[in-house]
Amino acid sequence: MHFTINGMQYDADIDVRTSLLDLLREHLGLAGSKKGCDHGQCGACTILVNGRRINACLTLAVMHQDDEIVTIEGLGTIDDLHPMQAAFVRHDGYQCGYCTPGQICSAVGMLDEVARGWPSHASADLARPIFDDDEISERMSGNLCRCSAYPNIVDAIREAHAASIESEQAA
Amino acid sequence: MRAFDFTRADSPQAAVAAGGRFIAGGTNLIDLMRLEVETPERLIDISRLDLARIEDRADGGLTIGALVPNSDLAADRRVIERYEVLSRALLAGASGQLRNKATTGGNLLQRTRCYYFYDTAACCNKRSPGAGCDARGGFNRIHAVLGTSDDCIATHPGDMPVAMQALNAVIVTLMPGGVCRRLPIADFYRLPGSTPQIETVLEPGELITHVELPPPVAGARHLYRKVRDRASYAFALVSLAALVKVTDGRIAHAALAFGGLAPRPWRDPAVEAALIGREPSVEVFAAAADILLGEARGSGHNDFKMPLARRLLIAALRDLTQ
Repeated sequence: MHFTINGMQYDADIDVRTSLLDLLREHLGLAGSKKGCDHGQCGACTILVNGRRINACLTLAVMHQDDEIVTIEGLGTIDDLHPMQAAFVRHDGYQCGYCTPGQICSAVGMLDEVARGWPSHASADLARPIFDDDEISERMSGNLCRCSAYPNIVDAIREAHAASIESEQAA
Repeated sequence: MRAFDFTRADSPQAAVAAGGRFIAGGTNLIDLMRLEVETPERLIDISRLDLARIEDRADGGLTIGALVPNSDLAADRRVIERYEVLSRALLAGASGQLRNKATTGGNLLQRTRCYYFYDTAACCNKRSPGAGCDARGGFNRIHAVLGTSDDCIATHPGDMPVAMQALNAVIVTLMPGGVCRRLPIADFYRLPGSTPQIETVLEPGELITHVELPPPVAGARHLYRKVRDRASYAFALVSLAALVKVTDGRIAHAALAFGGLAPRPWRDPAVEAALIGREPSVEVFAAAADILLGEARGSGHNDFKMPLARRLLIAALRDLTQ
């Protein structure tokens, strides 16, 4: 099977039962995406497929051969962090770090949803959602942090959102 | 996970001719396959079929492709403007990641979250017909109080289908012989009886292709209220999709569908009949709740659902008619 991940081409000889998460971690050495529950309940495996955040554990790799897949390894590098990664570092948005790659990929996907005007359960007016901390908590509820670093995660996402709005206005 | 053959269908006709289990979002099915609760021999990937559009109907309604993701449906401007209850129900379900993957057709067929259905070491008539039901004398806090049978007390877990029930959605299918069917959602789900493994009227190999929403009821107020154990990302203990219209001080239209109470989204015409034509009051709402819960029967841990449903109904109707 053939895959496009972080802009690179990969071939893998895998069983059709292989989840997208196991393909990344066990077959391609992309171990940044984490396996927490393997049931779609914790969000540690969150990646971006065609720009949308999904749980990599709940989908079969064979179904994603035509897709653009982005993992935490594709968002930034140690020398050139993605703005969301930099915000997590600045605000100490983690303790053990296990959920962090999923949190960051999810937050990047989530801010794109906000930019498209998608509402959430926390939106009083579905046609005009107002982005605030309640919206961050609701929209990030698919990512659990057992260390409960939530306050700093929310701080990091709020800052990354504000910075993305500023850079948009500057451009 | 058991081994299976995998093929991708390039048309709905090819999908139904292929004779296998359909997979699109896979957010429920893959989990069940991993636990070997579901063991399909052949998977037909329908995720690339051209069924992901939302289209206006001449009558003011909408036709929703079976592959429209939950996220897209909830954010669609027409859905927000005309069917707010549906958008609200979708946004109350699952997480952002899951809504991006879960599809309209698949969500209609989401299977129960009964612990004993998922636990292959437990007895479950839905998973293994005739095996017995461990939920009856077990942990049944999340289980059904209406429409149950001696063989099964599992609840339907969905939010979206509850709203679709209140909206009188019609489910459009393609059968293996090529015939299309249009199934009103009121006739779509089966109660468990002695065959809890059969959950809908779909024939083997029949594919959901679209969901049609009739034109919106002008002037109706919409509400989806979900009571759950945590504020987000949890299944309903009890939920309510309600559309109510008051004209000249009297209830002119009422559509109430409940989640979390029964093996299917639960709508009782007698409840609505007790409301229509009446002046809104707590007494009228309480009488409707009495009708709703007349046949309700708890299994112990879930007895709280009766007073909870009653309070939810009264509070929601009060809010909608103020």
